[in-house]
Amino acid sequence: MSDVYILGVDMIKFGRFPETSVPKLGATAALMALDDAGLNIKDMEALYCGNLGQAGAMVGQRVLAEIGQTGIPVVNCANACATGATAFREGWMAIKAGVYDVVLAVGVEQMGKGLLGGGGPKKGIPTEGLLGSGTMPCVFAEAGMEHSRKYGTSFEQFAKVSVKNHHHSTLNPKAMYQIETPLDTVMNAEMISYPNTKLMCSVNVDGSAAAVLISERKLKEIGSKRAVKVRASILTSDPYQERNLTMPDVNTCTQQAAAKAYEMAGVGPEDIDLVELHDCFATAEILHYGNLGLGKPEDAGRMIDEGETAHGGRIPVNVSGGLLSKGHPLGATGIANIYEVSTHLRGEAGKRQVEGATFGLTHVIGLGSACGIHILEKV
Amino acid sequence: MSEPSGSNSASALLPVVPFLKIPETGDPYLEGHKCQDCGAVFIGERDNCSSCASRDHLKPVRLSNDGELYVFSIVHRSFPGIEVPYVSAVVDLEGGGTVKGNLINVEPDPEKIKMGMPVEVVYQTAPRKDAEGNEYLTYYFQPRG
Repeated sequence: MSDVYILGVDMIKFGRFPETSVPKLGATAALMALDDAGLNIKDMEALYCGNLGQAGAMVGQRVLAEIGQTGIPVVNCANACATGATAFREGWMAIKAGVYDVVLAVGVEQMGKGLLGGGGPKKGIPTEGLLGSGTMPCVFAEAGMEHSRKYGTSFEQFAKVSVKNHHHSTLNPKAMYQIETPLDTVMNAEMISYPNTKLMCSVNVDGSAAAVLISERKLKEIGSKRAVKVRASILTSDPYQERNLTMPDVNTCTQQAAAKAYEMAGVGPEDIDLVELHDCFATAEILHYGNLGLGKPEDAGRMIDEGETAHGGRIPVNVSGGLLSKGHPLGATGIANIYEVSTHLRGEAGKRQVEGATFGLTHVIGLGSACGIHILEKV
Repeated sequence: MSEPSGSNSASALLPVVPFLKIPETGDPYLEGHKCQDCGAVFIGERDNCSSCASRDHLKPVRLSNDGELYVFSIVHRSFPGIEVPYVSAVVDLEGGGTVKGNLINVEPDPEKIKMGMPVEVVYQTAPRKDAEGNEYLTYYFQPRG
C-alpha cells in the first residue's frame, strides 16, 4: 500500500461571514490548498467534503460548482466535530487503497452564535433545565468534573488551559481571537456551566480548511520539499461504557484511537513534538493529556500548572491557540488542526514555530462519539 | 419514597420521558432494561444489548430511587426562558442505571455539592405544560438522609 502525503494544506482565518455561503467558504480553502500544492482542480481525482450544518445538501458538489465541475467523484461526510478529520481520512484511505493518486479534502462550516446541544424531544415539554442540561458547555463541564472526582483537578487548573491557549493565539494571525486572558480574567468571566466560564468555551465561527493528499509515487513524479507524511490515520467510535448513553464518553474512544495511531505510526507519545487536540472546552483539554498518553491522567493538573503543555514546554499542546481561540467551525476543525501541525513540520509557523518539530499529532472528538487522530511526520 | 406532589392523582399526569412509568396504582418509578446475558442496565426500552450485542434478551426492570451523585455541573446559562442557575446531575442508581436530571434542594454552589453523596429520586408535577395544557410528572434528584 502506498504511503500518503499532504502536498498542500491551508485554512482561512476563522471568523463570522454571514454574507457568504457554505460552498463559497469551502471553495476559498480548496483554492488555497491547491495553490499551496501547486496544482489545479483538474489534477484532482476525487473530493472528500466535510460539513455538518448542510449535511443533506451536497456541499462538495456545490464547492466544485464554484471552482470547476470536473466530474470527479464527491463524497460528503458528516461526523459531528470529527467531520473534517473524517473527510481527510476518507481521502487518505482511497490513496492507501491505490484507487487514486491525488485527492482533495475540504472541511467547511458556517455557524450561528449561541449554545450548542440541548435539543429536547419533539413531543411533550422541553426537558432542558428540568432533566439536567444537554448544552455542550454543561456536557463538557460534567466530563471535567469526572476528572476532578478521580484526580482532584481544580477549577483553577481547568482555567489555566484557557490562559495558555489564548496566550498561544497571540502569535497566530489565523485565530479568530488573539487576546491574552490572565487567570483571574478567565476565572471571573461569566460562568456558563461550572467549571466552564465563557472564556473556557470555544467560539462558534465560520471557517474552512482544505488539504491535497498525494500518493508516494505521484509525489516523486511531481517533486516537493514541503510534503508532510501521514504516518497514521485512525477513526474510532465510543465502545460501550456503563454510563455513556447518559453521559457522553470522550475518553475511551480517544484512548483507543491513540493506541492504534501510535501503533500504526510506529512511534510513541514521547516522539511527538506538538499536539493539536480538541479543546472545545477548557475542561476537555485536561482529559486528553492522559487519553493521548502525553502524561498520566492523574498528572494532567500538574502538567498545566508546570507549563509542560505550553509553547516551549515538554509537549506543546494547541500552539495555534486551539479551538478556544481560533474558533470551532465544526466541519473545518479537523483539517485546520492538520494545517497547523503541517505548518510546524514544514518549519513555516513563524513566531509560533515549535523548533525542530519532526512528529505532530492531531485529535478531534465528535460527540456521540467519533474520535479522529492523525500522526504527521516531517519529510 | 416520595409521593407525587399536588392534589391530582399521578395518573392524570403525563410522563416527562417514556422511561418514567406511572402505574394505575402505586408509586411512579423509572424503568430500565437489563440484559439477561451480560447484566448491563439501560435507561428506557430497547430490543438489543449495546454492551454484548445479544438480541431480545432484555427485560424491563424497576430502577431504584436511591443512588449516588456521580458528577454535576451548575448551569448558569441555558436557552432563553430556562430558569438558571440549576444543578445538572448524573446519578448512578443502586442496582444499575445511570440517569441525568436536576439536583434540587441544594445550594447551587460547588462547595456545597459533593460528588459521591447519596441522593434519591423524587417525583413532582413539572413546572411546564405543553401547548395543549397537559400537565407532566417529572423526576428530580435530592440529597438523601
